Amino acid sequence: MKRIFASRELLLLVAIALVLGIISSRFPAFITLSNLAAVFNDTSPLILLAIGQMIVILTKCIDLSVAANLALTGMVVSLINISAPGLPIIVTLAVATGFGACLGMFNGILVWKLDIPPIVVTLGTMTIFRGTIFLLTEGKWVNSHEMSDTFKAFPRTELLGLPVLSWFAIAAVILFTIVMTRTTLGRAFYAAGGNPHAATYAGINVGRTQFWAFTISGALAGLTGYLWVSRFAVAYVDVAGGFELTVVAACVIGGVSIMGGIGSVPGALLGALFLGIIANALPVVNISPFWQMAISGGAIIIAVVLNAQANRTKGRVILKRAEHAT
Amino acid sequence: MTTTTRSIPDRLRSPLERNLKSWESLLMLVAIGIFIANSFASPYFLNAWNLSDATFNFTEKAMIAFAMALLIISGEIDLSVAAIIALASTAMGAAVQAGVGTEGLVLIGLAVGLACGAVNGFLVTGLGLPSIVVTIGTMSLFRGISFIVLGDQVYKGYPADFAFFGQGYVWWVISFEFVLFAIIAVIYAVILHMTNFGRAVYAIGNNATGALFSGIRMGRVKFTLFLLTGLMSGVAAVCLTSRLGSTRPSIAFGWELEIVTMVVLGGVNILGGSGSIPGVVIAAFVMGLVTFGLGLLNVPGIVMSIVIGALLITVIALPRLWSMWRG
Repeated sequence: MKRIFASRELLLLVAIALVLGIISSRFPAFITLSNLAAVFNDTSPLILLAIGQMIVILTKCIDLSVAANLALTGMVVSLINISAPGLPIIVTLAVATGFGACLGMFNGILVWKLDIPPIVVTLGTMTIFRGTIFLLTEGKWVNSHEMSDTFKAFPRTELLGLPVLSWFAIAAVILFTIVMTRTTLGRAFYAAGGNPHAATYAGINVGRTQFWAFTISGALAGLTGYLWVSRFAVAYVDVAGGFELTVVAACVIGGVSIMGGIGSVPGALLGALFLGIIANALPVVNISPFWQMAISGGAIIIAVVLNAQANRTKGRVILKRAEHAT
Repeated sequence: MTTTTRSIPDRLRSPLERNLKSWESLLMLVAIGIFIANSFASPYFLNAWNLSDATFNFTEKAMIAFAMALLIISGEIDLSVAAIIALASTAMGAAVQAGVGTEGLVLIGLAVGLACGAVNGFLVTGLGLPSIVVTIGTMSLFRGISFIVLGDQVYKGYPADFAFFGQGYVWWVISFEFVLFAIIAVIYAVILHMTNFGRAVYAIGNNATGALFSGIRMGRVKFTLFLLTGLMSGVAAVCLTSRLGSTRPSIAFGWELEIVTMVVLGGVNILGGSGSIPGVVIAAFVMGLVTFGLGLLNVPGIVMSIVIGALLITVIALPRLWSMWRG
């Protein structure tokens, strides 16, 4: 099992190196350290969301409300910033993470206590969250000049040569690598998705585990919401519209199985980086950015095919298993 | 997801009681309630032409929703339907530039829909991949191709008689689209509720292993369902393109979620195994009436989407809360 994990991430790493190699053979400026750092910074929001989404998918669920959560939390902290511009950044960060976590808990409660399929819950909350932004603002934008300078400057502040935004992504990768591999909660996420029945018999409350997965995903989405609106210095209803599918795509490319139980933080990181590099490389190699959608679609399909090959059991098939996706 | 235990009652309730307490009749009550509320809320609601206009809100989506209902009952899902509309519409637009006539355009639209459905069907049944990821992928791929072809351009100049499919009226206020919607509803109701194929769809969704050992060709049934969903997306693409008279790559954006909402609202179990076509028909009317009624009251579209989202969660949560409260 370990070997499959290692090889799948290795494969992705090779694919990324190959893409970088092809680009650099014609455009050496792309792989300069400063440009790669810029690409990483640009991909950081996707990395943060992909980690949360990976945990949710591990538990056999899916969170389609992340982008709407991001937009709503971003709008809420922007509105708070207008009414209280002097608020310390640490409070803003706490509010964003906490508010996002509450939205995630709402999803989690519906999945856990009412046993409603996650795709239905998050489909519903996705439209509700986005609609709420409209109710809060009547469709008005919060523009750059309305936000305080400290609010806008924070994600761009450089620390040891990297912007704070990048450091958040790095911190999340490290934190959740530890959580997923070294804690009982991390084990529970794998167990709840890998085999819910066995997990129940092992004393793991599957519903509650899924609840925590949604909470983490929501908290990360909320945090990203603040970082996103402050980085672009604008908040409006359609912030990150359709981004939820990019996030799922990053996970799938990163080897996370949609059936639950398989996936890793490094995988999600690499999946996000793959999409981020392609998005940033297209304008450089003079391909119209309109190609991006089709390319990521193709990448998703190739990734799923490869995942399925790797997961195929090697032993003799006695009974053909008839599985179906939910 | 925990597995639900199903208890089988000793004696079935009387057919009358079953019908009265069914999801469809509950939904019918909701629909009637909304209709009455609407006619009180706005003086413009009870007008034959306005009501006829209101049907355009849901007819195209409902055509796809019928095929999607069968797909979801069989335990699969297709999130690429809106992208198929975009690709089919783009193909028709390109054909117009090449001077193809109305019959050719319709054929091209349907053929592209079928081809896209075949791609999905092959990936899911041929390679055994989970449909939700496959169709998220093909959704980006199909619409992505539209974006590559069109970019920020627009296709216009559809022939005058092509407009009939989306703008024509068969008789008085009865639009062509509405008639098509009704015919398709009847066809799918017959397929699902009166044929062996429909039985097989239920069987696969309820117990895939059991269906396999009963000799049902699961791959073939599912492949057909993906083909049908693709074909219906092609039909919807013809109607929508004809109604709008132009093609942009962002055409029908986000429809896949509205269509899934319509199907689930219609009482189809998202996990597969149960649901009915009449339920989806009523759900289509409910969604159409809500959007139209709120539109007459000058409620912006995004607020309607809150109502639809909340409706989706509450209609599913309420029965569960009710059964929890009762025991």
